[in-house]
Amino acid sequence: MENTTKRYWRGIEELKNDAEFVKYADREFGDAPSADEKEGAIFDGTGSHRRDFLKVLGFGMSAVALAACEAPVKNTIPYLNKPEDVEPTIANWYASTFVDGGEYASVLVKTREGRPIKIEGNKASSVSQGTLSGRAQASVLSLYDNEKLKGPQKGGQAAEWATIDKEIVAGLAQVASSGGQIRIVTNSILSPSTKKVLGDFIAKYPTTKVVTYDANSAAGLVAANGVLPSFDFSKAKTIVSLGADFLGSWIAPTEFAAQWAKTRRVSSAKDGNKEMSRHYQFETIMSNTGANADYRSTYKPSQEGLVAAALYNAVAAKVGATALSVAGVKVEYLEKAAADLVATKGASIIVSGSNDPAVQSIVAATNALVGAYGTTIDLGTPVNYRQGSDADMNAFISEAKAGQIAAVIFYNANPVYNHPRGAELAEALPKIGLTIATNEKADETASLVKYNTPDSHYLESWNDAEPKKGFYSLTQPTISTIFKTRQAQSSFLTWAGAASADYAAYLQASWTGILGGKVQWSQVLHDGVYETGASVSAATPAVNLADAAAVVAKTYKASSEALELAIYEKVGMGTGSQANNPWLQELPEPISKACWTNYVAVSQKTAADLKLEQDKEVELTVAGKSIKLPVLVQPGQANGTVAVSIGYGRTKAGKSADGVGANAYPFVTTVNGTLAFFNTAEVSVKATGEEVKIAQTQTHNTVMAREAVVQETVLSEYKKNVEAGRFKPEILTAEGKKTATDISLWNGHKYNNHAWGMVIDLNTCTGCSACVVSCSAENNVPVVGRQEVINRREMHWIRIDRYYSSDASVEDLQGLEVASENPEVVFQPMLCQHCNNAPCETVCPVLATTHSTEGLNQMTYNRCIGTRYCANNCPYKVRRFNWFRYYQTDEFDFHFNNDLGRMVLNPDVTVRSRGVMEKCSMCVQRIQAGKLEAKKEKRRPKDGEIQVACAQSCPTNAITFGDMNDPASEISQLLAAEKVGRAFGVIEEINVKPSISYLVKVRNKEREAKKAEGEAKEHA
Amino acid sequence: MITMKRLKFVALTMLLGLFASVVSVNAQDVAEGEQIFKNNCAACHNTSAEPLVGPGLQGVSQRRPLDWIVKWVHNPQAVIASGDKYANELYNKFGKAQMTAYPNYSEAQIKSVLAYIDAQNAAPAAAPAAGGAAPAAAAPAESNGGMLQYILIALLGVMVLVLIALLSIVTTLTKLASLSPEEAAEVPLLERIAENAKKLAANSAFKTGAALLITLLIGKATIDAAYGVGIHQGYAPEQPIHFSHKLHAGNYQINCAYCHTGVYKGKGANVPSANICMNCHNVIKRESPEIQKIYKAIEKDEPIQWIRVHNLPDLAYFNHAQHTNVGGLECKNCHGEIEKMEVVQQRSTLTMGWCIDCHRKTDVNAKGNAYYDKLVEIHNSENKGPLKVANIGGLECSKCHY
Repeated sequence: MENTTKRYWRGIEELKNDAEFVKYADREFGDAPSADEKEGAIFDGTGSHRRDFLKVLGFGMSAVALAACEAPVKNTIPYLNKPEDVEPTIANWYASTFVDGGEYASVLVKTREGRPIKIEGNKASSVSQGTLSGRAQASVLSLYDNEKLKGPQKGGQAAEWATIDKEIVAGLAQVASSGGQIRIVTNSILSPSTKKVLGDFIAKYPTTKVVTYDANSAAGLVAANGVLPSFDFSKAKTIVSLGADFLGSWIAPTEFAAQWAKTRRVSSAKDGNKEMSRHYQFETIMSNTGANADYRSTYKPSQEGLVAAALYNAVAAKVGATALSVAGVKVEYLEKAAADLVATKGASIIVSGSNDPAVQSIVAATNALVGAYGTTIDLGTPVNYRQGSDADMNAFISEAKAGQIAAVIFYNANPVYNHPRGAELAEALPKIGLTIATNEKADETASLVKYNTPDSHYLESWNDAEPKKGFYSLTQPTISTIFKTRQAQSSFLTWAGAASADYAAYLQASWTGILGGKVQWSQVLHDGVYETGASVSAATPAVNLADAAAVVAKTYKASSEALELAIYEKVGMGTGSQANNPWLQELPEPISKACWTNYVAVSQKTAADLKLEQDKEVELTVAGKSIKLPVLVQPGQANGTVAVSIGYGRTKAGKSADGVGANAYPFVTTVNGTLAFFNTAEVSVKATGEEVKIAQTQTHNTVMAREAVVQETVLSEYKKNVEAGRFKPEILTAEGKKTATDISLWNGHKYNNHAWGMVIDLNTCTGCSACVVSCSAENNVPVVGRQEVINRREMHWIRIDRYYSSDASVEDLQGLEVASENPEVVFQPMLCQHCNNAPCETVCPVLATTHSTEGLNQMTYNRCIGTRYCANNCPYKVRRFNWFRYYQTDEFDFHFNNDLGRMVLNPDVTVRSRGVMEKCSMCVQRIQAGKLEAKKEKRRPKDGEIQVACAQSCPTNAITFGDMNDPASEISQLLAAEKVGRAFGVIEEINVKPSISYLVKVRNKEREAKKAEGEAKEHA
Repeated sequence: MITMKRLKFVALTMLLGLFASVVSVNAQDVAEGEQIFKNNCAACHNTSAEPLVGPGLQGVSQRRPLDWIVKWVHNPQAVIASGDKYANELYNKFGKAQMTAYPNYSEAQIKSVLAYIDAQNAAPAAAPAAGGAAPAAAAPAESNGGMLQYILIALLGVMVLVLIALLSIVTTLTKLASLSPEEAAEVPLLERIAENAKKLAANSAFKTGAALLITLLIGKATIDAAYGVGIHQGYAPEQPIHFSHKLHAGNYQINCAYCHTGVYKGKGANVPSANICMNCHNVIKRESPEIQKIYKAIEKDEPIQWIRVHNLPDLAYFNHAQHTNVGGLECKNCHGEIEKMEVVQQRSTLTMGWCIDCHRKTDVNAKGNAYYDKLVEIHNSENKGPLKVANIGGLECSKCHY
């Protein structure tokens, strides 16, 4: 794709015009190889013959004849005693809280007939601000995971709760009486009441110690600041991140994304905001955050501490502080970042993804120099997302190995999988007399213990959370326990010999203290949150800079030729706790667009140096341990590094996760007392010669050399001209040049009632993909699995197109060659554009896709005969052909081929059968429901009342949906402001008049001098 | 004679008008009372003297003082507990069944219910007349279609007869013209017919015609049968419990929404849960073997497996609230005269054609609903006829398929 000045590409293969890429470029459906080329004919779907046709025909006719004889008897089974607040077919919403390890979100749970089917953000929470990550969206499917433990087990055999409790209490009593050590191993606990329960347990068994660790530890950050501070990016004018993927995976990404987006929203209205924050990213891998930065450059993990020190020195030089005596390191844009940080003093923020206390200390000192504390960083209102202590956990494992532990309880923690010393722990576990796990599955850790006392899913549980000091929220059950599970808190109470093991009552009692009689319990339960307000403090942490500098000088090197390993967290998968969730497995990673595996990512130069090829398996060996993974060439990654994500390589998580990818946790090392997510010791990669294809969606549905699919500009030009960066296609006609949108064969539609539309702001879309999961949950979008993604048959109704580009002009061939070193990135959510001159509608031979009087492009599955002409004719490639009966076929074993998994389906949306086309309906079920609500109340729908799933779930509000016929609606006003401005339709030159407008991306950077020159020449 | 008829009609209309104006003095109250009564009271009380679960309410406003009735409605338990003699007698007489308390109804609303009861008893004849108008209006449309078909068949029959007659006349005349009278007389009639039939059978044109006719008829029958696949009009399965709508909805006139709680609110009208049955049947006819089935279900904690009568395919979305609450349709528009059915049967075809047909014909219930104001205005500025459902997208795919 070429813009007027830029060249965009979706992957290296497109940039290089790879043979493979060219082969598929003009194939609409990327048809799979024929049956004889590939085993597993079920995935073929193309091999029907004349005889098969006759067979099917004969069968069909006899089926029809049989159907005519007798109608199947269908039962309708009402409640015996209908709960007062449940009305079948009407959804109930409950406020609750999603907590998974240190991840937090206040949520609203939609239930139908008593079963949760959708999770949405709770806007009443000022902490999570109604944002939800893809993982929180997907957690509803984890509830219906059929592979969870179905009840308590002893030694892998099902047992009764009463017997198990008796034995555990006896065991604990014996350990306590002999003075044996008891440990409770857990991830960060956000719940004050749960901590109280553990306190009760410790009171009963005083030799108990709680060992808290986090798979994605932030112990270094906590050590440097004393607490985990609150960050507020919304107050920042200059944001500098040293390897912190704060929009994708670092600490609380969706909250940060919401704050960040507030500083990135510009308006073309006359008095609209035209100021933006400037975002610098220095990192090793190409992270989701780096992709959204204005300036980005790379460093190797072994340089990390020195980069932080260099930034400190650069800032110190400007504000007159003493410099640190460490080796200098050269990183592009670092000086510029320092200048901006100082210039916007008091509205600057520096974050670092490092887990080294020394590095974090230097960053904290830099933050203090630029006046971040009290404005963008607040130590007075600490957050509780990461409470883990790497030292405690290390000590525990050593003790366990030494046989000093008598009893251990794993409280929903899986260290055998997600701790670097997991293998050691696995070996040590048999030495411990009493081992208990409350994990919901017999996972890597829980399968090694004697007693499994599975905890209930959070949607089946009572709980509370204090994500941030003074900010509380409640979890309430939205379904009764599916299996014979019991809340871990009740288990602890039982074992501690409490009078009552009823945690709900315990919780309520402990809350009377928090509420102090001022607010009613039921009110808080209804709202989901209770907030006492922040106590902002301008205090800066006490940092011993000299010590930190000395440690950094010793640990890090200014330059290194050796290959280094970076370990990172994927935006969708996270730490791997929900790895058995097929929605998350199939979610393409925002940058690499790869799903269903992790991989060894290398830059193009390193790949060439090491003779590595995409999709070829390599053996990655680090300090004696090795794993096998395919290679993925990642533009923008630091040269001389390989990167592997955590969260994969599960062995006992379930069908969707086991054997998918490889586990990178064992490569995590300990540096300066905390876990370090990189490894610089003897990293080597060796090709195994096997070809392992990565299911990667980046080049599916190419844009076929169409122009200006994405449009962008820089802030300085935008300030001068709000239409900067806009591409306005003109077409030569007999009457001279005409604007493309003025020429049409059609008369257009008339919308008397509503005109639904959408505006997507490319400036605030971070590519986080929460909308993709949300859409799948709302619209019963099937999961197709790795092989089918490779076959280019993924079913997502909304995809996030990621384009790379560079400043090199189109003619600058040499420039383009190096373009992939550090490209710019644009994310563009792509879904059915609901064209007013829809090309799909005109080619359907059976009128299965038609236009509504409300501006929707309707898809009628029961009328569709599957010619796929519409998909051929769709310029946006958003139509999906349904190849199989994904919800009934055992080959698609992704939770949905069993009754439990199917409970997640939205009953208001048809489950499509095979042989039909499907696509985004603009959540027509929600539109219809919203209209009906309004009609029942004899009024027009209120703006914002009807919300589509993707817009609802967008953490940055990049998607605005509404009625364009309502002049007061947000979308109408936004379009009015941007009509002469940033709003454009994708591929305007073909004038299909989409109902979805995009807003030009604006980067807050200066145009390179070279480039400006080139343009001047062009114009001359 | 015509003038006589017209005069009578005018007189009748005037008389009715007079009557209506007398009634309409407190028509507002009565209407409100009727709604409250039907939604809340009708399940247990008749407006006549006949007792149901509770006593018949004819003359209750004379029987008891108003303040007592208000107290009673607000909290019957309290009135019984206060030792009120009448209340206790009543309580014992009706098997110690507790009446539901309605603390939220104002005195004015309770008065309106009483007004409705009195109105019902004062003009027993007026009610059925009003109620009967709707089905009468619906009936001709249906019978029209039937009649037309019969007329067509009859006409066809007559035409065939005429054809046969004409043919026989023609053959006889030809015979007479061509043969001498002796020959004609010699051959007996039966033989002649047999001979003619043989000749006809040998006629290739006739054979082709007959074959064509038979093929067409079979084809028509096949197509008709194919169109009938999946249509279960008249489907009346035997239910696990012999529940009679005729008794409940017909005789006792229990409002449909009393049991089908979702009908004005949600997508489904909902088959009532057993606890709704128990509102009355914890007192009434407990010993009946059919009612005992409900008791057994509750004891065993096994829900009753009713058989669905109206089955729409999963691909079609139908919402009751849209049609009843917003559209203002009566249940019988689609379900037929349920109140006359001992066993419920599917009255309508429930085909897409049937849906579409209704959407074409039906006026939008736009009056008083601000949602439609703009649409009506635009429609009226461009068209003369009333706003039909089809005019506002009622025929669009994604109104029902998504």
